[in-house]
Amino acid sequence: MTFRKSLRTGAVALTGLLGLATLAQAQDKEIVIGAQCDRTGPTQIVGTVLCPAYHHYMNLVNKRGGIEGYKIKLIEIDHEYKVPPAIEAHERFKKEGAIMTSAFGTPQLIALLKKYEEDKMPVTSPGIGSSAATDGKAYPFVFPIAATYWSQAGGALKFVKDTMGGSLKDKKIAYIFFDNPAGREPIPMLEELSKKEGFQMRTFGVPSPGLEMAAQVLDITSRFRADFVIAHLFGRAPAVAIKAFKAKSYPLSKVVGLTWAGAEADIIAAGGFGVSEGYHTIQYAGVGSDFKVIKDILAMLKEAGQTPGKEFESTVTFNRGVYQGAVHAAAIANAIKAKNGAKPTGDDLRKGFESVSALDPTLDGLAPPLKLTPEDHEGGGWVQVWSIKGGKFVKTADWFQCYRDDVLAHVAEENKKK
Amino acid sequence: MFYREAGNFKTTYADDMALFPLPLTRYAAMALLILFALIVPLGLHEYYLSIFNLIFIATVGALGLNILVGWTGQISIGHAAFMSVGAYTAANLATRLDLPFWITLPAGGLMAAVIGAIVGIPSLRIKGTYLAIATLASQLIIEWIINHTPAISGGASASIEVARPTLFGYEIKSQRDLYFFTLFFAVLAIVATMNLVRSRVGRAFIAIRDQDIAAEIIGINIFRYKLTAFAISSFYAGVCGVLYTYYFGIANYEAFQIVVSIDYLAMVIIGGLGTVLGSVLGAAFVTALPVVIRLVVEAFGGYIWDPAALSAIAASMRLVIFGGLIIFFLVVEPEGLARLWRNVRNYFRTWPFSY
Repeated sequence: MTFRKSLRTGAVALTGLLGLATLAQAQDKEIVIGAQCDRTGPTQIVGTVLCPAYHHYMNLVNKRGGIEGYKIKLIEIDHEYKVPPAIEAHERFKKEGAIMTSAFGTPQLIALLKKYEEDKMPVTSPGIGSSAATDGKAYPFVFPIAATYWSQAGGALKFVKDTMGGSLKDKKIAYIFFDNPAGREPIPMLEELSKKEGFQMRTFGVPSPGLEMAAQVLDITSRFRADFVIAHLFGRAPAVAIKAFKAKSYPLSKVVGLTWAGAEADIIAAGGFGVSEGYHTIQYAGVGSDFKVIKDILAMLKEAGQTPGKEFESTVTFNRGVYQGAVHAAAIANAIKAKNGAKPTGDDLRKGFESVSALDPTLDGLAPPLKLTPEDHEGGGWVQVWSIKGGKFVKTADWFQCYRDDVLAHVAEENKKK
Repeated sequence: MFYREAGNFKTTYADDMALFPLPLTRYAAMALLILFALIVPLGLHEYYLSIFNLIFIATVGALGLNILVGWTGQISIGHAAFMSVGAYTAANLATRLDLPFWITLPAGGLMAAVIGAIVGIPSLRIKGTYLAIATLASQLIIEWIINHTPAISGGASASIEVARPTLFGYEIKSQRDLYFFTLFFAVLAIVATMNLVRSRVGRAFIAIRDQDIAAEIIGINIFRYKLTAFAISSFYAGVCGVLYTYYFGIANYEAFQIVVSIDYLAMVIIGGLGTVLGSVLGAAFVTALPVVIRLVVEAFGGYIWDPAALSAIAASMRLVIFGGLIIFFLVVEPEGLARLWRNVRNYFRTWPFSY
């Protein structure tokens, strides 16, 4: 055997071996979705609820007969909130034939932004961000599909305005935030609105890991004497904030938390619903289990003889997983219909997303009345306000859009810099 | 039998100074080079190449940290911060001045080297765990500065998009292209380190590690060499950060947080302090082993657990097995994977006539 020949056989043997190790490739009547998740890292408080919920919903879709005759195959990879494993996960999804992916975590999304565009693979990032990705012309493959931080901040401000009698003139509003890019994202937006509405705003950063904020809270309550507080915190920080405001006897009915500061787990960690009475939260999906789709999922589990897991206890995060799944299902249905039943590609699916307007009807009040278009990948920026009253979450404001023109103007300005 | 040293006579100074003095190691190095430069990139699916890419980038960073921790004996928990310095330097140069990668890459390294040398100043007075805390502080300070200076970070989201690197008009874009890109720099870093540690500078580093007072007495300028070690180590880190930036297509400091510093420290300790091979093996171990564990659990876990719950189990199993394997390897050989390999090699040196 000549050297070159042995080289070639070696290469063939190596590829053969690795080929054996790979799992079954995508089948014809199957749509593969790659989902990134963090079940073991610092954001596991969200991941261990949201990802199972997403799986449950997709199982429900498959049980109902799939989408237009196609079954959904979900591959989930846990990246531990680290960036390199997220890159590896994306390549794996591609190899398994995934035509779309679901992102988890802002740093991971940002590190892959370029890849999504190069690979023509749509990605959804509800509540994760890049508010600038609202503009579908600038980021054709990124779909925030839910109110971004800018829309949430606008929503919080609208809520504050309504609560305070319709005017913010000369009021003092404190913005307490986790000091990272995601936490700072709403600041320019809030500053613009403060000029427009004539209120005084001051920002209070909480450094990572956000477990110590007595100084900031003291500053807000005693020196600045804020009329209202907007809190944008993640991980374990929201619970710490609730405790800190409570310790300073600041009424929690004057605190509104953005989306990641308002799950059941945060409230329980802060000492329970009794302690957190009055606290307001901004939500991009409905709260509670009083939706038909949740009952359907529970019925499906019962039929299969499984007991519902811990994930059902945190309805705020659980419903977000379901909502995400419903948007995906609607987009896939659109894409298949547009191709008359043929299997869609990533680019077809992008168009599918851009025409999503009606979701699975069993979601009823769980989902916002979103409408995705080629220009608007956020779907309108709808939010709800849920407050803690009488030991449970009560809906204080139904789906509303807020400062939409300001948000869109801001998006346009941000993307001009690009 | 395989690893025969007898009968290799060196007749020139060049022979004596060769990186691989034995024919067998020379052939092995050539074979490895052919394997990684031809067979792997042309034979494997892009998915596997993406893992190799991550390993190669990590190798550059691990080598840098090993120069500091393994050879000079100074501990650093701020390695990731130096990567972010390199990353943002390159990203700013690439976007504002439109410079190509072969300028931004060394520039990022040099900037990191300057910052690293400044951060290294406390090492002249403090040692061990105290130095660890000082470098930890530098990690947080650098992170904070980048985070709060829009001129560096490029705005509130602290990320700067960079274009893919181009070489003679060819855009290095796919995983396969990037494979050659990262491989080139990994090989360069390996060869440079192998040469560095047997030079005058490298021997000074080792002397400082082994006993700094003795080193000072025999005439080594501790001030200069400790700062040199920090600078060189940070240069590698900076280059590693630039490679990440081009690999992701974006510079974002959240990819270089303290957890990453710890990961790199784990790489050099698991791989073996003070060995080039250790840095490579450590980088491969930490980067690829979780992936391998997941593939194995996915392939065979279905026989043990409920297939529906497998993705949740795979995530947890990966942590358990990965942690267990770290303990296992460190108990079997506290000096790391490189030492384990050397033990194997020493066994075959006299095999089968070991008595």
